[in-house]
Amino acid sequence: MASVAIRDVYKSFGAAEILHGVGIDIEDGEFVTLVGPSGCGKSTLLRMIAGLEGITRGEVAIGGRIVNTVAPKERDIAMVFQNYALYPHMTVRENMAFSLMLKRVSKQESDAKVDRAAEILNLTPLLSRYPRQLSGGQRQRVAMGRAIVRDPQVFLFDEPLSNLDAKLRVQMRAEIKELHQRLKTTTIYVTHDQIEAMTMADKIVVMHDGNVEQIGRPLDLYDRPDNLFVAMFIGSPAMNMLTGRIGAGGFEGSGDVAVHLPQTPKGLNGGRVVLGIRPEHLRLSDQGFPVTISVVEPTGSELQIIGRAPGGEEIVANFRERHPFEPGQTIRLAAEPNLVHLFDAETGRRL
Amino acid sequence: MAVTTAAAPPRPSFLSRIAESRGLLSFGFMLPTVVLLLVFLTYPLGLGVWLGFTDARIGRPGVFIGLENYEYLWDDSVFWLSVFNTVLYTVSASILKFALGLWLALLLNENLPFKSFFRAVVLLPWVVPTVLSAIAFWWIYDSQFSIISWALKQMGLIDHNINFLGDPQNARASVIAANVWRGIPFVAITLLAGLQTIPQSLYEAATLDGAGRWQLFRYVTLPLLTPIIAITMTFSVLFTFTDFQLIYVLTRGGPVNATHLMATLSFQRGISGGQLGEGAAIAVAMIPFLLGAILLSYFGLQRRRWQQGGGD
Repeated sequence: MASVAIRDVYKSFGAAEILHGVGIDIEDGEFVTLVGPSGCGKSTLLRMIAGLEGITRGEVAIGGRIVNTVAPKERDIAMVFQNYALYPHMTVRENMAFSLMLKRVSKQESDAKVDRAAEILNLTPLLSRYPRQLSGGQRQRVAMGRAIVRDPQVFLFDEPLSNLDAKLRVQMRAEIKELHQRLKTTTIYVTHDQIEAMTMADKIVVMHDGNVEQIGRPLDLYDRPDNLFVAMFIGSPAMNMLTGRIGAGGFEGSGDVAVHLPQTPKGLNGGRVVLGIRPEHLRLSDQGFPVTISVVEPTGSELQIIGRAPGGEEIVANFRERHPFEPGQTIRLAAEPNLVHLFDAETGRRL
Repeated sequence: MAVTTAAAPPRPSFLSRIAESRGLLSFGFMLPTVVLLLVFLTYPLGLGVWLGFTDARIGRPGVFIGLENYEYLWDDSVFWLSVFNTVLYTVSASILKFALGLWLALLLNENLPFKSFFRAVVLLPWVVPTVLSAIAFWWIYDSQFSIISWALKQMGLIDHNINFLGDPQNARASVIAANVWRGIPFVAITLLAGLQTIPQSLYEAATLDGAGRWQLFRYVTLPLLTPIIAITMTFSVLFTFTDFQLIYVLTRGGPVNATHLMATLSFQRGISGGQLGEGAAIAVAMIPFLLGAILLSYFGLQRRRWQQGGGD
């Protein structure tokens, strides 16, 4: 087990710069997810940690040792690929024992390690099968088994669940988290799915266009997003955004939208701001702003409505109670004053 | 249980019954293929086999003489020499083509500059008509004007021209070299196609597992390439075994029959010599060898256990 330090790392492919100075500190035993939309550079960063891509500028250190020029096999890391990358001509046992065979570990010791990993992952009855004879979830577990057997310093996961169906994804999510709690190996997990990031991580790194937008614990990111991008990206359904300006009593948006704020940031009078409200922080109130409902989605446990504010912004609201809403109906919604987020409309920074 | 009987459908007409009959319909679809196979494959093959049992000559239909042609060939040392030559030619040329072709394919699979240019160049020997390249080799192997002899003399390595096609051993090596030159592109390009089906992530996974370059080749590339190797080498062996053009242009089977293959001997006896029956018998004698090669590859080509998907 080891800490991983990424210091001011740049990556260019030819003239195109993919990463513009990324810095992340990962502590020993931590579960960190790199999350961001496609093309934000998160997979490239992971591959640089693994040594599959060169580092253009900056430093990557594993366990205090700078590994920029260290060959992948010397870095003592194990990676789980998106497509699992199982060797199709080897049985499950051979797949898992491959790295041990290359290290000339004795058959006895290798068998013992494989058996133990297989037991952890419920793979014991499948050890003599070939990858083609396995289901997606089983292949996923074999790929994890291959990583566990090596007992590496760091686990790297590259979107490991994106080839699975929704139900299996939830199940494997829990299994990976449980595995981490059991093995306590430092884990770096890349995903574009913010739910995966929220549910699994000790620490989330939100990336966008080759930059780190924010690093923090899942709920901190949810409760105090640093900027508009993180606010929009974390949380499902996404945060509602209203554009307007700060007036005397608080936020004033287009139409007759007004949201009272307990305290207003100084020196901003007249400046354009974005008000963010999470769907679950809206409630019915006569003092609220009007929303015309377009879609009503009851899920049983909650009721979600999609509607439009007078300014045309889409508004999503969640209710724990059941209401007899109809599409076309106009309701008035108010935000919990302490739970709204204000961003500078120009820079996107939190105010 | 209430059963409502639908009104009986009107009896279908004779034509529509034919159109709906699965057996007849599928036979109809097969007919063009069957006719083509019968006319262009079965008939010539059958005629060849039949001729082998007759004493036909050019201009004389011939009568059935049983196994007389084969009995004659059994005691014919030239025939046995041609069998030996053919086997030697096929085995050594195939091994060389495989080794060099695989090497070339691995090189071309790397990220070279001007990759597509090199890939196109590699195909050249395959694209040039055999007779044309054979004539080029004829000049390269010429006893007086050979460029190889000239170059070696200039370098001071030899003091007289090499007798490429005049000496039996040299002649065998020369025709094999020419055949290898011509056959490499097929092997290289087919194996290259096979190499490109191997996912990059397997190499990455193996690299992280600690495999070096040789181990990547030994444990990832080679096992995943075996199905393609089997099919490529089957074709290569069949092409080589039945080779005719190169020998016919370069040596016509000489010197003293040292490079006579079964195909060239069959042509010489059957067409040039006019003994159609005997020529056919030699050609028919190739069939067991070819069948053997096909059977070998059939078992080699059978899907390996790891290729079979699904099911328990």
